[in-house]
This record gives sequence, C-alpha cells and structure tokens, in this order.
Amino acid sequence: MFRRERSIPLRGSAAALCNNLSVLQLPVGNLTHFGVVHGPSAQLLSAAPEGVPLAQRQLQAQEGAGVSPPLITQVHWCVLPFRVLLVLTSHRGIQMYESDGSVMVYWHALDAGDSSLVQAVFARGIAASGHFICVGMWSGRVLVFDIPAKGPNIVLSEELAGHQTPVTDIATEPAQGQLDCKPLENRDCVADMVTADDSGLLCVWRSGSEFKLLTRIPGFGVPCPSVQLWQGTIAAGYGNGQVRLYEASTGTLHVQIDAHARAICALDLAPEVGKLLSAAEDTFVHIWKLSRSPEGGYIEVEHCHGECVPDTQVCGARFCDPSGSSFAVTGYDLAEILRFSSM
Amino acid sequence: MSVRTLPLLFLNLGGEMLYILDQRLRAQNIPGDKARKVLNDIISTMFNRKFMEELFKPQELYSKKALRTVYDRLAHASIMRLNQASMDKHSALYTTDAIKGFIQDSPNILHQVDETFQQLTEIYGGLSAGEFQLIRQTLLIFFQDLHIRVSIFLKDKVQNSNGRFVLPVSGPLPWGTKVPGLIRTFNNKGEEVKKAEFKHGGSYVAAPKEGSFELYGDRVLKLGTNMYSVNRPVETHMSGASENLAAQTQESIAPNPLAKEELNLLARLIGGMEIKKPSGPEPGFRLNLFTTDEEEEQAALTRPEELFYEAINIQATQDQQTNEELARIMGEFEILDQPRRSASKGDDLLAMMDEL
Repeated sequence: MFRRERSIPLRGSAAALCNNLSVLQLPVGNLTHFGVVHGPSAQLLSAAPEGVPLAQRQLQAQEGAGVSPPLITQVHWCVLPFRVLLVLTSHRGIQMYESDGSVMVYWHALDAGDSSLVQAVFARGIAASGHFICVGMWSGRVLVFDIPAKGPNIVLSEELAGHQTPVTDIATEPAQGQLDCKPLENRDCVADMVTADDSGLLCVWRSGSEFKLLTRIPGFGVPCPSVQLWQGTIAAGYGNGQVRLYEASTGTLHVQIDAHARAICALDLAPEVGKLLSAAEDTFVHIWKLSRSPEGGYIEVEHCHGECVPDTQVCGARFCDPSGSSFAVTGYDLAEILRFSSM
Repeated sequence: MSVRTLPLLFLNLGGEMLYILDQRLRAQNIPGDKARKVLNDIISTMFNRKFMEELFKPQELYSKKALRTVYDRLAHASIMRLNQASMDKHSALYTTDAIKGFIQDSPNILHQVDETFQQLTEIYGGLSAGEFQLIRQTLLIFFQDLHIRVSIFLKDKVQNSNGRFVLPVSGPLPWGTKVPGLIRTFNNKGEEVKKAEFKHGGSYVAAPKEGSFELYGDRVLKLGTNMYSVNRPVETHMSGASENLAAQTQESIAPNPLAKEELNLLARLIGGMEIKKPSGPEPGFRLNLFTTDEEEEQAALTRPEELFYEAINIQATQDQQTNEELARIMGEFEILDQPRRSASKGDDLLAMMDEL
C-alpha cells in the first residue's frame, strides 16, 4: 500500500511529453533531484527526504535557427562511472550540463539538412551507457557521445542507424545489473542497450567503442514511448496501453500485459529489487515485480500495486529510491510533483 | 513541434465557435433566415479555398496571441478536450459533420466544405500514430496553463471547479486498446503457458467498432459534437468568468518579438479570405457572446489594459466602421514592435487590412 506524501511545487506546469520526469538520487546528504520539462524551459529542483524543496533552477532551450522559441523534449540525468551529467534535448539540439545545471559543458546543434519541410526536427531519448551518452533523433539515428572523466572535451563518436522513425526512448542496463547476469556463452552478445521509436520498433545493441546491433523487435502499429532494460529483460510500454517483456538476447516475447486503458507515457525500474513502474494517460500508475522462473529461467511478472492519480493526465513517473519504496509522478498542466511512498 | 497542427486547431476552434454562435443565435431569438445567413457567411469564409490553401501549408503553430486575435471571445468558451491521437482524427471529422448540418441548404458552401474534408483526409489520413502524438503534444502546449472554467463543462461535470478536466476511469476504450487486467506469459516457442489477471482499478469496456473516416459515416465517438444540442436551462450568470480572464492574462504580456511574424501570418490568413459584399439593403445586428449585456460590460471592464484590443462585434454585413476598427486594432499592435524593425512589413499589413 502507498500513501500520498507532500507534493513538491513547480514553477511551471509539466508539458504533455512522455518520460517527463527525471530523478537523480544522491546517497550523500539524502537529497533527491527532480527534472521536469515545462515547454521552452525545464525546471530542476532538489528536495530533502520529506519533500521540502531546497533549491531550484530553470534551464532554457538554446536558441538556434528558426522562428519560434524552441521547445525542450526531454531532460535526463546520466550517471557515468566518474561523473553525472544533465542532458537536455530540444527542437534545436542537445545541451549537456554539470549535474546541478550550473554550467553547460557541451552543445550539439541539430542539422535539419535531411528533413523535408513537413517533418519536425528534434532530439529525444537520452541514456548513459558506460562512458557514453546516447541521444536519439527525429530521423531515427542515435548519436553516441564519448564523455571524458572530467572537463568539456566531449566528442561525437558514432551515429547509429537502426530506426526509420523518430526515436522515443533509450534504456541501458543499470550498472549492477550486469554483475548479476547469468553467464552467457558468448559475452560479445551481451545486450546492454535498447532503443525505441514512434513505429514501435525496438533495436537491441551491445555497447563498446563500436556499438553493435544485436537484434530488432518489430512494432505492431503503435508507438513505443518508453522502454527499460533489466538483467537481460526488455520492458516496453506502448501507445495502446500494453506492456511487453522480451528476452533481450533473442528478442522473444515472453509476457504481454494489458496494463493500461490509454497510451503509456513512462516506465521506470528499481534495479535492486526488479520492480517496474508503468504510468499512462489513463491516470493510473502500476508497479510490477519482474523475476526469472526457477526452472527454465523464463521471465515472469506479478502485479504489486495500482495507484489512481485522479483527473491527472500523467506524463512522467519515476521511483525515488533503488528499492522502489517510493515514487513520484508529474501530470500535464500540473504545477507540482506528486509523491507516494509505501506504508 | 509538429508543423501540421494549425489546420486541426483552426478547424476545431472554428467548429466550436459555430456551435456557440448557433446557440447564442437561438437563445437571442434571431430570426431563422438571418441566423442561417450568419452561419453560412462565416462557414463560407472559413472554408474559402485560398484561405484553406494558406492554412494547410506546413508551418509552426504560433503563440496564443496571434490566434486570439481571430477568435477573441472564443477562447473563453472553447477549451478542446484532447484524448488519444486517434480520437483527434475523429473529432475533426465530427465537427465537419456538424458544419455540414448548418449549411445543408447551400450546395456551393457544402462543396467547399467537402473539398476541405478531402484535403483533411489526404494529409492526416496518411499520418502515423507517432505523428499524431506529436500533433497532440503540440496542441496541448497551446492550451497549457489556461485554467478557464466553462459553465457548460462545469454543469456537465466534465470540468472540476478548480479548472481541471475530469478524466473518467470507466467507459469505452479507444479502438485497438484492450481492457486492462490480463497478463499472458509465453515460452520460447511463442506458445501461451500462463494467463493471469490483475485488478486494474478502472471499469472499462472495449470499443464497439472503429469510427468511419469516410465522407459520410458512423463516427462512433461523441467527441466533436455539439454540447448545446441537449436542452438546458438558460444560465443566469457565468461563474468565475471575469476572474479567469485576469488570471489568463498573467502570462507574459511583454512585447513579443515574434509579433511581426504572427501578424504577417494573420494577414496571409485574413488576406486569403473573401468577404462577400451584401447583396441588398440588409440591416446588421449585434450578437452578444455573453448571456447578458451586463456581463459583456463587466467582462470589458475587468479586461486588463495590457490586452490592447477591444471586443469585436460580429456583424452579418461588412461596413466601413468595422474596417476602420480592424485597421485601428492592427495599428495598435504596431506599437508593441521593436523600434529597430523596418516599418515596411507593417505598412503592408495595414494596407491589406484596408482592402477588406
């Protein structure tokens, strides 16, 4: 059972984007950072355990060529081995900051050259993979940036081709997940990144100095706005309200959940316990427990909890601690972050 | 943001405006033939071919301020309720159905509307669900932070008193979405090995069938239909309307450097409109979009000064006074602009306004 905790007020309401909440848990000082996109700006704030807001900062999308003020598509913290960077994607490009948003360390402008006038041009989908940060594009390409241990010397190292429609989300194995993985015959095939797009196609990759495309999981006519990866299991949320779980190494479908009545807008993982959170525009947040069956090692799932956030078109949801005992939710046009914790 | 948003927004808001006009005309007992003429004139202007050509060009959706000039009072009474992307397609079609109902006696205008409908289906029929999701997100940006309460929505319990829309957790699902509650597990060969249920908390039913995208067809959904078509008691006052107007304008009133661009968009759109000259001596009449004249005065008084323009009275005929007023309004926008911008574009704008 979960109870509502005190909400954290936002300066600007949340925009109706998918994956519109990023949470950075800092064990030191017991602080939690939240990031929410408002529109042309994103708000970062840090809060103490009881939800008391301590500091806040607003970041703007970098102007570039174009007539109207650029809109931000996503804000996300990337935890790398030696540093944490905050990445902001917009209709103009990709901005990277130190984790508190105080200093911009890198700006990559989008090249709209290939697009016809009719297509919207933007970057969307952000994830850290080892010492790389991967960012998706409207064209379906995924940019791979090599991040040094410190300083602004960030380099675009590779451009991955796998998708033909705009990238929606990228997920990578949480660091500790890889250690607990069952040993596989060929370590070269360990899937540690999955990318999703508007057509529902999933691409499964192995990271490295050169990323390798391992397998593709076709869509079925609806977008896949959100995806997660945990111990070789891909969890994908779709525009028709379904959550599907696949074996990452083979792409085989193992579980299909008719989870929500509207499009799913966010998925999150609590890696310590294998809990999955799904949120959708139907105002519901569901928590699921992922596991592997003792015989055969097949993926299994069990429903743990469902929470209704009345009259709220949810647009972002995240666990606030690695054991999944608390989570936070944002809603379209809502100027607060709603928090829930288990009793 | 999506560059395909403006036609949907314009047609939906235009459709809503027509519902409201129709209701006000009936409420104020305007004679049937005059009422029909008003609606016919507006519809034929809205669906004018040149105007539609401009509208359908891929372009970014400009700020609320530009469209507000065209729809003025409309913003008070028409907040679009946007559900899943597929419902938006149907909503645009349903509004078109109602518009066709208004003009069923005029074959020429009907033809214009049908042509626009064809264009709609051509452009939007080929878009993917992902593209519609982007259009929807772009439209929702347009309506973000406007917490205007609408009396008919409050009465129908579609909107709460805090301005938030009610999102029911029951009812029919969108076409293609299954009733939540089922977990199916498969083995490596793709065979189902387990079926389990979970309690999802809502009370939904599957959609009976998919709505039709044809020129004439069963749309299945009610979204986009006329809320006024149900008989209701006449409201005695609009609750909260005046406070909301003040709240609404608390967003930034700072001069918008894009105002010039927006005015040019406006000029292109209005310039593309053909205004019919009156065929004979017909007296115009004044339509009040508020329930009483007192409310209209009240709203005018509480409107913050920053909103530079005055109420636009909708008239069945064009006359010199209206043109002058429109030109003056455009001239007032001119003052907001940055001084370093050249005056030439502004002059073109005023010149075009004078020709209306």
